[in-house]
Amino acid sequence: MTNSYLLEVGVEEMPAHVVTPSIKQLHQRVADYLKEERISFDSIKEFATPRRMALLISGLGDKQPDIDESVKGPAKKIAQDQDGNWTKAAIGFTRGQGATVDDIEFKEVKGVEYVFVEKHIAGKSVAEVLQGLPGVITAMNFPTLMRWGYNNLQFIRPIRWLVSLLNDQVVPFKILDVEAGRTTRGHRFLGHDVELKQATDYEDALQADFVIADQAKRKQVITDQIDAIVKKNDWVINKDADLLEEVNNLVEWPTAFAGSFDPKYLALPDPVLITSMKDNQRFFYLRDHDGKLLPHFIAVRNGNSDYLDNVIKGNERVLVPRLEDAKFFYDEDQKITIDEYVERLKRVSFHDKISSMYDKMQRVAVIAQLLGNHLGLSDEELADLDRAAHIYKFDLTTQMVGEFAELQGIMGEIYAKLFGEKDDVAAAIREHYMPISAEGALPETKIGAVLAIADKLDSIISFFAVGMIPSGSNDPYALRRQAFGIVRIINARNWHLPLMGIQPELAAAFKQAGIELPYALDENKGQVRAFFLDRLKQLFSGEKLRHDITDAVTDTKADDIANVIEAAQAIDAHKDDADFKETIEALTRVLRIAKKGKLDKEITVDPTLFVNPSEKKLYDAVAAVQAAAADRTVAENFAALRSLAPVISEYFDENMIMDKDEKVRRNRLAQLTILARLAALVGNLDDLIVK
Amino acid sequence: MTMTTKKLSVQDIIFTLEQYWAKQGCMLMQAYDTEKGAGTMSPYTFLRAIGPEPWSAAYVEPSRRPADGRYGQNPNRLYQHHQFQVIMKPSPDNIQDLYLGSLKELGIDPLEHDIRFVEDNWENPSMGCAGVGWEIWLDGMEVTQFTYFQVVGELQMHPVASEVTYGLERLAEYIQNVDSVYDLEWADGVLYGDIFKEPEYEHSKYSFEESNQEMLLKFFNDYEAEAKRLIKLGLVHPAYDYVLKCSHTFNLLDARGAVSVTERAGYLHRIRIMAKTIAKAFVEERRKRGFPLIHDEKLRQKTLDEYTKRAEKAKQRAAKQAAKKAKQAQKGDK
Repeated sequence: MTNSYLLEVGVEEMPAHVVTPSIKQLHQRVADYLKEERISFDSIKEFATPRRMALLISGLGDKQPDIDESVKGPAKKIAQDQDGNWTKAAIGFTRGQGATVDDIEFKEVKGVEYVFVEKHIAGKSVAEVLQGLPGVITAMNFPTLMRWGYNNLQFIRPIRWLVSLLNDQVVPFKILDVEAGRTTRGHRFLGHDVELKQATDYEDALQADFVIADQAKRKQVITDQIDAIVKKNDWVINKDADLLEEVNNLVEWPTAFAGSFDPKYLALPDPVLITSMKDNQRFFYLRDHDGKLLPHFIAVRNGNSDYLDNVIKGNERVLVPRLEDAKFFYDEDQKITIDEYVERLKRVSFHDKISSMYDKMQRVAVIAQLLGNHLGLSDEELADLDRAAHIYKFDLTTQMVGEFAELQGIMGEIYAKLFGEKDDVAAAIREHYMPISAEGALPETKIGAVLAIADKLDSIISFFAVGMIPSGSNDPYALRRQAFGIVRIINARNWHLPLMGIQPELAAAFKQAGIELPYALDENKGQVRAFFLDRLKQLFSGEKLRHDITDAVTDTKADDIANVIEAAQAIDAHKDDADFKETIEALTRVLRIAKKGKLDKEITVDPTLFVNPSEKKLYDAVAAVQAAAADRTVAENFAALRSLAPVISEYFDENMIMDKDEKVRRNRLAQLTILARLAALVGNLDDLIVK
Repeated sequence: MTMTTKKLSVQDIIFTLEQYWAKQGCMLMQAYDTEKGAGTMSPYTFLRAIGPEPWSAAYVEPSRRPADGRYGQNPNRLYQHHQFQVIMKPSPDNIQDLYLGSLKELGIDPLEHDIRFVEDNWENPSMGCAGVGWEIWLDGMEVTQFTYFQVVGELQMHPVASEVTYGLERLAEYIQNVDSVYDLEWADGVLYGDIFKEPEYEHSKYSFEESNQEMLLKFFNDYEAEAKRLIKLGLVHPAYDYVLKCSHTFNLLDARGAVSVTERAGYLHRIRIMAKTIAKAFVEERRKRGFPLIHDEKLRQKTLDEYTKRAEKAKQRAAKQAAKKAKQAQKGDK
């Protein structure tokens, strides 16, 4: 027979964002538990609302399969004394197996006789196994935990009821003093307690009591209701998936409704209206067919359509003071000038140990110009970049951003335009925060991208310089995310900048600009480099690059992030070539022998000391590669090195590097060292694994 | 309860809530007479939430937030608003239903509205407090903060207290259907504005423009010194009064813009250290009295034994450390 089992954990309202991950977690844990307990099942269906996590398990086996096994005990000569009496060892063993000496059989193992007991372990019934579920439930993890009453259990919210129903029978258990039974609860206001006859009655019984327990069905109901309203009014909606998911997990019985606000508030910038509706109230905003925001919204009530007018009126009223505040800020903010806001940044701290925001902008302006020059920006671009860098944090001191912090940068762009700044200057103000997350969108404008790099680079260098270096999970200023952002921008734009060793150049530029730094710039140079290389590893790992290639290219002294990326791409592109193994082996042989030579500083090869023609051949080939190296891309250099492989092989075949003649030896080592230095432009090829 | 068409005045609302929560076993306390930013900071919540003794109380707390003053101009922002505070320890299993019952008493039938429990965890770092809970939405408007205290004065709660804080003005605006707090009817024929518009203006003027910063800075230091002295003397309640005074003085300085970002963290840290010490000392004083509010004698004795054991261990540890320190000091002298 196959069975159905219903587990429901009833809780006080869970946070909306926790509902979906939690039911998935419970599903996984219960499935793992049943597998571990050897109880078969066909499928598990999830149900989840803010007040409940439930699983309906179908096709559940009756019991664990029985186990028959022979258990090996002591050797016969230990189990019996000379007279054939059972020893303590034998008696102890059988007792341990729940048997007696009468059950003993002897079997030969590798020519020696041993005691064996045939054991039959009857499988536990499914009900018995299900009684272990409290341990599974209480082992769950949540992003925030709490205790309640006198209890020590930590859970997401207090557990208020439990349903544990195997077909039509309760499988009894307890969590704290909540006893599992067959009674679930309907909607908090519209519903009642509901006694379930059968596990499989669950979904329908709750539906009749104003709870749509199936998340997908509930979401569909909301979507359909919203679509109907939108269609009826000929509106256009952005059905934001995250908002829909959140709203879905705030209700058990949804009723969507439309509300309105005074059109005079449409004078506010769109982002302000959208934030007020979406983030603060979980409203969906609406547009007309021309893309203009409308003075309407759609929200979802947790209940039916009775007295909906009250609910609409209330929700409309809540919006007014927010919009009124925003309008006040918007009007007030425009009464002063950007210069004044910038002046105020002198009193806004970037970090106690570093400087004010104002001083940060001065540094970033220098960095931005330096980077802009490296990238060959036009004079106009450089001028725009300079303007943006000198004002880009100004919106932090506006009242609007003071109230709606999430609009930083966005309001900066809007206000900058109102104050007559050029479009690309304004855009850069918004874009300098990008990417906002590891996967977030990158700046679209060139100036925005340079400013984004300059701002992040200043933060990284500054925090490192004052010793606030991220470690473990401790990265309060999100420096890893910022460094990764730089790497992503560079990767997208293929910008060659000496960022990983830029400190000396920066120090000179700051000095020239008359900027006094609150720290010594050169300290932690190595750590900053390593920090960037780690982010590059993160990038490569995301792109599923082979580990040894990652190791090879990040084992580098290069300053240019783009070069490291290019090297990775170049090696990756040729890793499956027929001659790859031979090439890398030739080059790594060079590296290893050159390393032994321990030659440093300026070295030259003296052609007059050549003994074999292959020496001259390699000499000419290397000289050609070397001469061109500086103007070539990493990929081209790698190609040139690969083309040397046959010459190198020939060289090794014909020449003994460690020649008895010290001069010849030294000359050959010098040749290999020059070659090794060229190879280092790509990375440490010795890290590559070739089989 | 039959509702007449007459809307509840603010004092009716207070009266209804008092009666309701008294019926649920809360003691009706009075507002505590030292300035404070929230009902949570009343000793009837902050101190009484700590320790093993049961405690259920309800009271109105005028709450001063100098930086929120708007000269009586903004319809929703106030220098001083009123909270109706309910604290129940241990948290009752039906605390959500009790709360919803109180709304019904106020004539708010859940079937005629949309009431939600939306996640909002609460934190007051300057008092070393943190809790988990919700803001309660009434047709989209936040009218109540609902919290299961987890840590108070940096002490883990056991048992856990539940706190329900109604924003009285918000709730009354909803019930009376007015858009400005100043249009609320406090009592028959007397408006909120009649009572509070003038003090709102004056306190805003004072907090933003006229406060004597030097005096306030000195006060803060003096209050802090006094609190610390009193803590050493085991005078928990007077010490706590001075912590409250520190907190309010800091809020005044903050409103005046006299506190930089750097200094801010420093001030809050100083207040937190005192709050933490007082929380510990309060439990110890209650222990010395034998935790008399635990009425189950067996539980009282058991709890008392546990706490006494812990206290003795702590004492031994402290003695050991003191001896070690003394030894080191001696060495240093040589």
